Amino acid sequence: MGRITLDKVSKNFGDLQVIPPLDLTIDDGEFTVFVGPSGCGKSTLLRLIAGLEDVTSGQIRIDKQDATHVPPAKRGLAMVFQSYALYPHMSVRKNIAFPMKMAKVPVEEQNRRIEAAANALNLSDYLDRRPGQLSGGQRQRVAIGRAIVREPSAFLFDEPLSNLDAALRVGMRLEISELHERLETTMIYVTHDQVEAMTMADKIVVLHAGVIEQVGSPLELYHTPRNKFVAGFIGSPKMNFIEGEEAAKHGAHTIGIRPEHIEVSGETGTWSGVVSVSEHLGSDTFFHVHGTGLADTITVRAGGEVGFRHGDRIFMTPRADVIHKFDAEGLRIA
Amino acid sequence: MATQHSQSADRLTMAPPAPKPESQPAAADHQSGTKHARTAARLMMAPAVILLLGWMLVPLTMTLYFSFKKFLPLRGGDLGWVGFDNYVRFVSSSAFWPSVQATLVIVGGVLAITVVLGVLLATLLNQPMWGRGVVRILVIAPFFVMPTVSALVWKNMFMDPVNGLLAHVWRAFGAEPLVWLTEASTQSIILIVSWQWLPFATLILLTAIQSLDSEQLEAAEMDGAPPVKRFAYITLPHLSRAITVVLLIQTIFLLSIFAEIFVTTQGAFGTKTLTYLIFQRVLESQNIGLGSAGGVYAIILANIVAIFLMRIVGKNLDA
Repeated sequence: MGRITLDKVSKNFGDLQVIPPLDLTIDDGEFTVFVGPSGCGKSTLLRLIAGLEDVTSGQIRIDKQDATHVPPAKRGLAMVFQSYALYPHMSVRKNIAFPMKMAKVPVEEQNRRIEAAANALNLSDYLDRRPGQLSGGQRQRVAIGRAIVREPSAFLFDEPLSNLDAALRVGMRLEISELHERLETTMIYVTHDQVEAMTMADKIVVLHAGVIEQVGSPLELYHTPRNKFVAGFIGSPKMNFIEGEEAAKHGAHTIGIRPEHIEVSGETGTWSGVVSVSEHLGSDTFFHVHGTGLADTITVRAGGEVGFRHGDRIFMTPRADVIHKFDAEGLRIA
Repeated sequence: MATQHSQSADRLTMAPPAPKPESQPAAADHQSGTKHARTAARLMMAPAVILLLGWMLVPLTMTLYFSFKKFLPLRGGDLGWVGFDNYVRFVSSSAFWPSVQATLVIVGGVLAITVVLGVLLATLLNQPMWGRGVVRILVIAPFFVMPTVSALVWKNMFMDPVNGLLAHVWRAFGAEPLVWLTEASTQSIILIVSWQWLPFATLILLTAIQSLDSEQLEAAEMDGAPPVKRFAYITLPHLSRAITVVLLIQTIFLLSIFAEIFVTTQGAFGTKTLTYLIFQRVLESQNIGLGSAGGVYAIILANIVAIFLMRIVGKNLDA
């Protein structure tokens, strides 16, 4: 059970309104990702749900119960922090046992849950070590273990992977996704990394300056972004935006075309330009093209074997069916 | 010496020649350069090392030297070697064991008060409040007052049974004023010294408390720990290393408190510490040999206390 509803929730720090009133529903068992650039209020929103910050106005309901003024410990939520926030003077076992000790769970039950969590997270060999003796990924798993044993109605993750190196991040991303499949518990996950959001989420909430820009499944956001901000934020590399004459041809103020929706050719095409930088990833090649007369830079994706170099003139043809059109306010047209 | 110095200094400041694999002399020159630099470094450190060594070794040697002599400045001066006579006499004096006890009681009492109140004050000062900067400076203030002055202020302005502030408070409640330095002499000394050392403890503990990661406290809050348990399980263990530092440093200084006793009780009413006993033997009894033997005992006591403390709390200092 873990259905979380935010009803006109707002947050002010002094005179500064960081979150204007917003409504949001997170369904039971859903993996929801809050994503947005730094300072967009996503962490604040998570802390409001956790109860670590007080809401200025509005109501938070967890399983239909008003939890607006319930202290954090009584909300039945578990949180994994960016810094892991492990207790450095306690062994891994004691770290995991701490919430149960506070809840006065019987010792046998504590041990049973610790063993179960340790097995699930590959921590069995490290139970007697201190957090300082563990690697970043292991610490992350201890923090997750500490959250699991509470058997919460929802997990809250506050940028849990941002302190890990790239390879480990991919691994932990999978582990958290698997954990969600297994536990089927509601999870709210905060990140600034849209790749994490796309790969893990059932539902993505895109935030910008405290305002929810769009809520939807990863592919909804990818295919039908509601405005220019979401269009530019979701997808990697970023969508190309073209204004002016070329946009007017499509009856829009701005048109957006993703790098992967442009055909590249050496001989013929709708647009042409000069390759400035080519990035070869093996599976794909990205070209940053200048001098098209459309925008400063147009980014295009081609297959890994396409071998244009710096200074080469190339021709590009956008796929007409996936051109996104936006009006002067940046909102999507049709 | 001077030219040698400047030469090696020049060598240090000049850019070292680029190492050429084919030219051996250049490499050798570079080698001797580092050797010169090391010699220069030793020479430059020498004055400080010699000064510090002399500062410690000369008094220590003289204390040991005099402790084996019968030396009475006003009654015949140097009367020759007496072996361990002074040591035996110092220990067998009826004042010895009470003085060791008084020393330990005062040190222990001050340590307990300063650490407990220091932790509480540091926690308090870490709370966001109006005028925190000013309050912090005020809290540090007692540390700037000289021990003699602070003891005199306490003796005359607070603890005086007729005109003292505390006497007025007692009378305001209709009670008979306490003659502090007579009736509660040891407690009074502990109070005065604690007042002086509380700022030190507070300051060190405050910096430690400020380095506590706030996410740890939030995690504990999410885990269901109420404020008192958060303090006990998170804050206090985090402070253990700082508390160890406070205990060790304060012990070193508290074992040798003197001014506070000298200007208040003069060692009467059970406040005669080992330090004060040595002072009495040397200056009041004019027996330098006996006092020196006491000094050696004081060194031994300090070491015993230090070893004891290190055994109890020293493991906190390991990373």
